[in-house]
Amino acid sequence: MSLVAVVNFGTGNLRSVQKAIEHVADKGVRVIVTEKSTDLAQADRVVFPGQGAIGTCINAMQSHGLQEVLNDLLQSRPFLGICLGLQAMYESSEEDGGVRCMGVLKGAVEHINVSGNGGGFKDPVTGIRLKVPHMGWNNVTQTKPHPMWRKIKQGQRFYFVHSYCAHAKDPAQEYGITEYGFPFTAAGGMENYFGVQFHPEKSQNAGLQLMKNFITWDGSA
Amino acid sequence: MPLAKRVIPCLDIDAGRVVKGVRFVDIRDAGDPVEVARKYDQQGADEITFLDITASSDGRQTMYNLVEDVAGQVFIPLTVGGGVRALQDVHKLLHSGADKVAINTAAVHKPEFVRQASDHFGVQCIVVAIDAKRVGSGWEVFTHGGRQATGIDAIDWGRRMVEYGAGEILLTSMDRDGTRDGFDLDLTRKMSDSVSVPVIASGGVGLLSHLVDGIIKGGADAVLAASIFHFGEHTIAEAKQVMLRSGIEVRL
Repeated sequence: MSLVAVVNFGTGNLRSVQKAIEHVADKGVRVIVTEKSTDLAQADRVVFPGQGAIGTCINAMQSHGLQEVLNDLLQSRPFLGICLGLQAMYESSEEDGGVRCMGVLKGAVEHINVSGNGGGFKDPVTGIRLKVPHMGWNNVTQTKPHPMWRKIKQGQRFYFVHSYCAHAKDPAQEYGITEYGFPFTAAGGMENYFGVQFHPEKSQNAGLQLMKNFITWDGSA
Repeated sequence: MPLAKRVIPCLDIDAGRVVKGVRFVDIRDAGDPVEVARKYDQQGADEITFLDITASSDGRQTMYNLVEDVAGQVFIPLTVGGGVRALQDVHKLLHSGADKVAINTAAVHKPEFVRQASDHFGVQCIVVAIDAKRVGSGWEVFTHGGRQATGIDAIDWGRRMVEYGAGEILLTSMDRDGTRDGFDLDLTRKMSDSVSVPVIASGGVGLLSHLVDGIIKGGADAVLAASIFHFGEHTIAEAKQVMLRSGIEVRL
């Protein structure tokens, strides 16, 4: 029996994450949604999803007393971050007036509107105004091989919905990029942590494949 | 390879069944929602929208169960609208497996509700649905399925809803809905140029070329249609081929 824990901060659609993993896992895998540190400590794998505002997310982490156990798990178990679960790993985010994050990965999270653009947000090539949130299916360029990319084709489209994006400072910690007016980090990681800006649980077959890769991943890059 | 324009089939749900009315009468049964959603997913739908038109309150629970069933089998974004009036409704829908919730009449009655929902659950899951009808040289917001005028200018309303935290606008032309004459392209273009968030064009699709017009002429980020997909006239895949041939970026 293997246990996958989906960390619950009370926001977002965690049910979909749970269901997507259950859909691809065999019967020996149990998936729980939890905010209890005792449950998390027993997990073989951890998924940290997240939607909404990062300040709320970091506060919830602290108020549930999860920071310590998450820091332990980040060093010891296969750990998947989704959306905010990627952003929260960088050093800081400018959302909510500036928030200090976990600092596992080097880099910062910025508003899409601000990154590389002064004033109005337009596509630099076409001049067409781009909408925020960045919402829909966009291509992900795999910048390095990783076990989490197994059976996923280069340039595959995944479903995104976000207004802030991460910019990895260390290329060694970046595994994928996406362009929306400018390039940003679509997948980042180090050692047993891998995080994606898109939503694999909402990205149909390619997303399910990524979930499948996660439950068979041994945690090495 | 930029962001793809989205094709969104819409399912009107009454007491747990898919129905499609033409001009809000003559409601035809179009099947089991889970089966229909699976079919659209396999055809390449980018998202699926459910509009709950059930009047009775016990029908609400049916809707939550339905969303849960669909979410366990279809792994693309699901939007649910119809009768969303309180934070509790939003919470229950998201918890059932919806990714986005569409708010319409309740936003008109109490705009602050949109702000609360957006603050609480995040802008990414709050869609404001606007039913607009041409009045004079502009468009007016209507509620109650197009029966009740509000006196509010639709474009101003769209801008205001974005300020209140709408992450997306679902814009339906009540003049075109059910006519199969194509989107109200002037309305779509005006809204799309006026708001910073994505706009979904809705109401009036009768031909696949109407989807192309909605994107290119209307400036929409996504196109929503119901009847052309429900009765087997066209598949989502055919729609995307037509869009692709017109130079529109789509997910194949």
